[in-house]
Amino acid sequence: MNAIFGIFLLTLMLITAIAVVRTRNLFVATTLMGIFSLLLAANFFLLDAADVALTEAAVGAGISTVLLLSALSLTAEQEKPGHRGRLLALAVVLVTTLALLHATLDSPRLGDIDAPVHQHVAPWYIENTPTAIDVPNIVTAVLASFRGYDTLGEVFVVFTAGIGVLFLLGHYPHKQAHKPHEGLRHYLIQRLVGRTVIPFILLFGFYVQFHGDFGPGGGFQAGALVAAGIILYALIEGTDRALNIIPKWLLNGMVAGGALLYGGVGIASMLMGGNFLDYSVLSSDPVAGQHLGILLIELGVGITVTGVLLSIFFAFASRKHF
Amino acid sequence: MEFLGLYNYWIAVVLLMSGFYAVIAKRNLVKKLIGLSLFQAAVFLLYITMGKVEGGTAPIFTSASAEQIFSNPLPQVLILTAIVVGISTTALGLAIVVRTKEEYSTIEEDEIQQMDCQENVASE
Repeated sequence: MNAIFGIFLLTLMLITAIAVVRTRNLFVATTLMGIFSLLLAANFFLLDAADVALTEAAVGAGISTVLLLSALSLTAEQEKPGHRGRLLALAVVLVTTLALLHATLDSPRLGDIDAPVHQHVAPWYIENTPTAIDVPNIVTAVLASFRGYDTLGEVFVVFTAGIGVLFLLGHYPHKQAHKPHEGLRHYLIQRLVGRTVIPFILLFGFYVQFHGDFGPGGGFQAGALVAAGIILYALIEGTDRALNIIPKWLLNGMVAGGALLYGGVGIASMLMGGNFLDYSVLSSDPVAGQHLGILLIELGVGITVTGVLLSIFFAFASRKHF
Repeated sequence: MEFLGLYNYWIAVVLLMSGFYAVIAKRNLVKKLIGLSLFQAAVFLLYITMGKVEGGTAPIFTSASAEQIFSNPLPQVLILTAIVVGISTTALGLAIVVRTKEEYSTIEEDEIQQMDCQENVASE
């Protein structure tokens, strides 16, 4: 049953993707990308990747659609016709597709437990998570503790991208007559639905943040969810009101503070006699130390991701046409 | 039935290549970035497909059973962070496109190149 449903979802994704590439209307392409992300998230869920599905649904279907739309409102909605070298591109793509399809014939079938990917380090993670880390969610254990260096790197990539967007769009060369952004304040239905839904989105975000050790969740998902809740508020009530609630200095502090907290935990564990990001030394009991370390760094991840996504959104949304 | 187990890979390959086509053949910069997101999504699908184990569950310990089979957590960890990194870098790309639009008042690649050429000729 799952297999059939998976094939159905994958085929829908294929159709959506081809429609995205073919359409000239960028607004249509953006909307289709949202649908594509939701289908992809459902697919991840079928493939046992609950954490990834949660992230993809929040980021791909939610935030990325909003960002693309706000970029479209600043650029153009329609792609211009005419493309040189289309045949050459098609030929390149076709040849590469065939080569890649040929290569898949040798790869292990879906769900094959003897596949090389399951023989390397993954069984060790599964085996050692209960004794070394003692959190039920293995994904969180690997993300935050076993491969904490990777995650630190990823957080700094997110941080750097946020800084880059702020450098590019954060300043306003022409000071215009400031017209407050009204949002959808005059639309009763949107406003009512938004007011009802936003508290629950935020609550769910915090639940995902602090329950990430036990169920699907963690800092990345929570950051995306909280950011999505506040972005929804900004869309309905206008960016100015949203910026009153969560001002720019606070956002900048969050962008830097979360990454700093993550790095700080690493330094703290060094000062307490362990290796960088070795949480075992943070408490007298190694497992309790792991728990504390994971809680802190997930908090850092959540703060940075929320801060960066919101800063990016506000940078796009408060930029005017000129 | 034997080849049905490869369907996920095939879809991933075709998605990868449709994204790639948008990147190399389309002239519109936003469309190129959308193509890049498709390309990314295909990579995500490929990784998560590799991590799936037949009869497995999501890699979360529950009190119910001691002898559970789990799907591979490692690709999930890699892709989980990659999704958030992906949106941040896409946003950076979009910011560059917005600035390009403000400078050149177009986001079509060939028009931008044309304007650059004219500018070079004028300065010489």
